[in-house]
Amino acid sequence: MNHQYQKDISGCGLSGIINAKGERFSGSVITRSIRSQHDRGNGLGGGFAAYGIYPQHKNLYAFHLMYDHHTAQEKAESCLRETMFVHHQEPIPIMPTEKIQAHPILMRYFVLPAITDEEKKEMETLPVTEDDLVVRRVMHINNDIDGAYVFSSGKDMGAFKGVGFPEDISDFFMLGDYHGYIWTAHNRFPTNTPGWWGGAHPFTILDWSIVHNGEISSYGINKRYLEMFGYTCSLFTDTEVVAYMLDLLIRRHGLPIEIATSALAAPFWQVIERCENEDRELLTAIRMVYGSALLNGPFAILFANRRGLVGLNDRVKLRPLVVAKKGDFTYMASEESAIREIAGDVKEVWSPIAGEPVIASMEDHD
Amino acid sequence: MNARSIKITKENGAVSIDAEHIYYRDLNRAIRDEIGNGETSFRLKNVNGHRYIADGICGDVSIDVFGVPGQDLGAFMSGPTVRIHNNAQDGVGNTMDAGKIAVSGMAGDVCGYAMRGGKIHIMRDAGYRIGIHMKEYYDRIPVIIVGGKAGDFFGEYMAGGRLILLGMYSLYQERSIVGNFMGTGMHGGAIYVRGKVDGHRLGKELIETKPSESELRYLEELVFDFARDFDLDANEIMAEPFFKYAPKSHRPYGNLYAY
Repeated sequence: MNHQYQKDISGCGLSGIINAKGERFSGSVITRSIRSQHDRGNGLGGGFAAYGIYPQHKNLYAFHLMYDHHTAQEKAESCLRETMFVHHQEPIPIMPTEKIQAHPILMRYFVLPAITDEEKKEMETLPVTEDDLVVRRVMHINNDIDGAYVFSSGKDMGAFKGVGFPEDISDFFMLGDYHGYIWTAHNRFPTNTPGWWGGAHPFTILDWSIVHNGEISSYGINKRYLEMFGYTCSLFTDTEVVAYMLDLLIRRHGLPIEIATSALAAPFWQVIERCENEDRELLTAIRMVYGSALLNGPFAILFANRRGLVGLNDRVKLRPLVVAKKGDFTYMASEESAIREIAGDVKEVWSPIAGEPVIASMEDHD
Repeated sequence: MNARSIKITKENGAVSIDAEHIYYRDLNRAIRDEIGNGETSFRLKNVNGHRYIADGICGDVSIDVFGVPGQDLGAFMSGPTVRIHNNAQDGVGNTMDAGKIAVSGMAGDVCGYAMRGGKIHIMRDAGYRIGIHMKEYYDRIPVIIVGGKAGDFFGEYMAGGRLILLGMYSLYQERSIVGNFMGTGMHGGAIYVRGKVDGHRLGKELIETKPSESELRYLEELVFDFARDFDLDANEIMAEPFFKYAPKSHRPYGNLYAY
């Protein structure tokens, strides 16, 4: 038993970069940034999300899977063959390093869902889309196939994560060789949930990715709420709920980002009371309808999809977040120095207001 | 990392250290070693994210920091003067006992937490929870002056000390001079704001008054020192009325207890 263990509750480091014009840049940039925040983590998790990295397979879902053992791989691949058209598959290229101890089997598959007749009917009569079918398949693998985990499932994007410091994970996955227009990174300091490969950040579903610094004390409520909509949490980490909550509120329910974030980081009732009539009604309605989507607990999160990058703090700003802008680039990180590491002379630096999202959108998006 | 590989030179009586590629622990060890050798003046260049600079250092030492220092600068320090010629991050001056920290940019959150003496001057904006639980003892009165605007929980749980908020050199035109919950739980000390704060932003422990003549003279002294640090016009600062926010009671939760 380790009695020396000290809980550092403001650990975890975040960094994110977006080029609004879609100009892609190497993963070595975000790696330098997250490396400078080395001491915000403890080596029990590191990870990255990257957008625009598979331009030659833009229209296929890129499934990144980790397997604890070959049986899991066999079962999962059999499932994939049954429910998807697998355009092609390959091991995720890695460069073994002594810094990364023991890793799961890491594979990627470029797929499209094979739509059954029943699903076709659903798509015609209900608001069910191809994306929904992909989500179902991801949930199925994560829940029903022991030892198999889909850790990203979006088009033209991917997550790379594991147990280790992020800079070592970056070397392991050779992220310097990938080029993307949005990158996020995370340095983990787990406090409530175990450090394991699947528990590193980012958490993803479709092309949503999220990296998180904080604790989601409302995990149980959020999890049960999400289950009603077909999302099952199986990755033993509180952050998982945020990825699914974003997919539910923004993609499925069509809420604009600012509305969705006011459900996740709801304004205080005393603030709502002072708002104008229309705003007061709207904010009250959101709190009533989406009460179970509220994220309780301290947090700073960076979430992204192909359309942009968003930074958000809890309403009482219990975790750090700094934003900067330089030309077409927007940077968001836990510490200003992590931004200066890669954008040295950046002039426009600011601290966002707690509970208000900082939204950096792509200039041209579908 | 080997401390001997740090570039240390002496220029004009000051020890100059290039912090680039140096781990924060080695940087701080080198500074303490040099203080042990009798050095009292330091210039740190290429600082970026280095944590715990000047932490726990006592005595009349002066440190000029070029670059953005990391978390918790000047924690527990007692005596030094630290000038940061850039922005600072979170945790500046935590439980500071004496001395001065001057930031010629903005500072992050939780600045001057449990501060008990000395001064912190921030030329521009400061984040959340500034001066939380500051305290004083007789003539040991810590002071924090923020030249820009501040976030929520300004002076939360203050037990003593002086917080001064100017709202002048701010990056944020559209924000109010201070956030919400100012002085929540306050039971000692005073907050002086250049301009009036909206009632709904105040903790219920506070009352608003105008500073007395002697208080204004004291404020002026503090403001002149602040202005000197950043080459600002003290008269311009003092040209607008200040409002004083202080606790109604030194024991605001007294009636929650049986005795």
